[in-house]
Amino acid sequence: MAQTAQAPVTPPLPTLDERVGRRSPLARLLARPEAGAIAGAIVIYIFFFIVAPPFRYAASFSSVLYVTSTYGLMATPVALLMIGGEFDLSAGVAVTSSALAASLFSYEFTTNAWVGVLVALAVSLFIGFLNGWIVVKTGIPSFLVTLGTFFMLQGINIALTQTITNQVASPDISTLQGFGSARKVFSASFTIAGVNIRTSVIYWIVFCVIATWILLRTRAGNWIFSAGGHAQSARAVGVPVARVKIGLFMAVGLMAWFTGMHTLFLFDTIQSGQGVGNEFVYIIAAVVGGCLLTGGYGSAVGAAIGALIFGMVNQGIVYAGWNPDWFQFFVGLLLLGAILLNTYIRRRAEARL
Amino acid sequence: MTSTKDTNDTKTAAPLVRLSKVSKHYGSIIALTDIDLEVSGGEVTCVLGDNGAGKSTLIKIVSGLHQPTTGTYEVDGTEVRFDSPRQALERGIATVYQDLAVVPLMPVWRNFFLGNEVRKGPRLDIAFMKKTCRDELLAMGIDLRDVDQPIGTLSGGERQCVAISRAVYFGAKVLILDEPTAALGVKQSGVVLKYIVQARERGLGVIFITHNPHHAYPVGDRFLLLNRGRSIGYYAKTQITRDELTGLMAGGAELEALSHELESAGGAVAEAAHALGEEVTGLGIGNPGQRPGTPAGRDGGRTANP
Repeated sequence: MAQTAQAPVTPPLPTLDERVGRRSPLARLLARPEAGAIAGAIVIYIFFFIVAPPFRYAASFSSVLYVTSTYGLMATPVALLMIGGEFDLSAGVAVTSSALAASLFSYEFTTNAWVGVLVALAVSLFIGFLNGWIVVKTGIPSFLVTLGTFFMLQGINIALTQTITNQVASPDISTLQGFGSARKVFSASFTIAGVNIRTSVIYWIVFCVIATWILLRTRAGNWIFSAGGHAQSARAVGVPVARVKIGLFMAVGLMAWFTGMHTLFLFDTIQSGQGVGNEFVYIIAAVVGGCLLTGGYGSAVGAAIGALIFGMVNQGIVYAGWNPDWFQFFVGLLLLGAILLNTYIRRRAEARL
Repeated sequence: MTSTKDTNDTKTAAPLVRLSKVSKHYGSIIALTDIDLEVSGGEVTCVLGDNGAGKSTLIKIVSGLHQPTTGTYEVDGTEVRFDSPRQALERGIATVYQDLAVVPLMPVWRNFFLGNEVRKGPRLDIAFMKKTCRDELLAMGIDLRDVDQPIGTLSGGERQCVAISRAVYFGAKVLILDEPTAALGVKQSGVVLKYIVQARERGLGVIFITHNPHHAYPVGDRFLLLNRGRSIGYYAKTQITRDELTGLMAGGAELEALSHELESAGGAVAEAAHALGEEVTGLGIGNPGQRPGTPAGRDGGRTANP
């Protein structure tokens, strides 16, 4: 292709190609968003494997996976949302709102539990839509919008439960029709080789795979990356950025509903003040997993591994017999470490000169 | 070449894009007054002007982002009124913005097909898109072995070229290039200019917005000069030399005035003024009245300066 007419301009191009060719497979792996999280997860696993003897048994690792799945279910859509350039601080309490909506509705109107489940689905999708719609229409940062809805939902959760039931928790709905089948769908467990595994772990992995497929193999995924990476460019080439963002907020709503149903049908009842603070866990999992705070970069697998790190530390501290009060300190340390590691790895792997 | 000074005389085939007596007002702000512009297939029309001359307003009208307040906009000889860039795009008028073109962290091929993804059922047809992207860029003379690298790792010129070849691939008949060389070094600018010529050879009409006459002159067939929202000249290439174009762009009379001002200050400043004066004379813009094909509006615009 080196024609004489192009001779003056070709020199800078081959050098670029050479540089591309020289990237080793390791550098390529390190350039992936989840690279730092994988390294971190291995280190933390080995660490607790050494210091906490119970950690070595399959049964305790199954409970690590369970804790992981309850966060991972939400970390997945939160990661997608972050890649799309937005935050959702209401994600933690939205889980509780959904569970409360289902249990209060079906209990107060003595309906089949599945009616409550559907009502909760509508409520959750609506909350997601509202968050997204306000963010898109006003252009106000989602951090502020969802901070507002976070407090509103928390207020509604507690006040409405108090008003309707005169208690701080929702009533036990285990006697309702349809409860059994709903529990089978949302909160079952099975045993493999003597180890009890909750289905939420399977759901978490399935949703993570679906999210990864959407991100990397579909047009919607392309649009999510572009909406977070450079919304103006995306709009200029015809990507419906507003629709993408609203859709992402609704995906968070959908998974908040799913997680809420899991919790509700596992425990029969829901504490109205529950869920506060979990929004940060989801965001931490996504960031530890390599999502950029500024959007446009990250992966669902990374968020899953971020959630796994969180689950391992959460349970590992208990198994090691340490004071659980140290947990939050370690989470903060992890987050800081992950951010430093991610930044370092990304700079190194993407440096081209 | 059919070279005309003004758009008034008709050619046999209607130009791809023709603006006649177009003005644009934003409330009480008059951004453009009586602008004529046309571009045909296989032609490059350069729009030159300093900052605030009205170049961006003009692009926004052609690209369909804004509607002209008065005047007509014709595509292929029929009058149009675009409500959105999307409609302009459907008529084959594509705009390549200087910084709005790409999403830096996304791979080159994803950027190339962003908004026009090719799918097999619900899935992206990744193999096809990667191959097409590589081939299209190769046709433009960019040999990327790895179209999977983030487009942000390409040089500014290459990024422009990806945006240009993307517009060409998706059926653009008229390319509007918004200062494609403004942020680039000399070599990179050369690369982009080469693609402008290539686009012209492929039969596309190109509207090339720039404030650099040295970039405009080698590739342009027509030159529209803007100053303060007015046309200060509309020339075919045969009617103007590079130096005259440079002189017009530099604002010859303003430079002369500056030179006189500096001279009266005396001392070292006067020396600088002398050098500047020689420069102005060298550009062949001594007396504005003697330039060929000078519309009356130009001098009026210039003397209006405080």
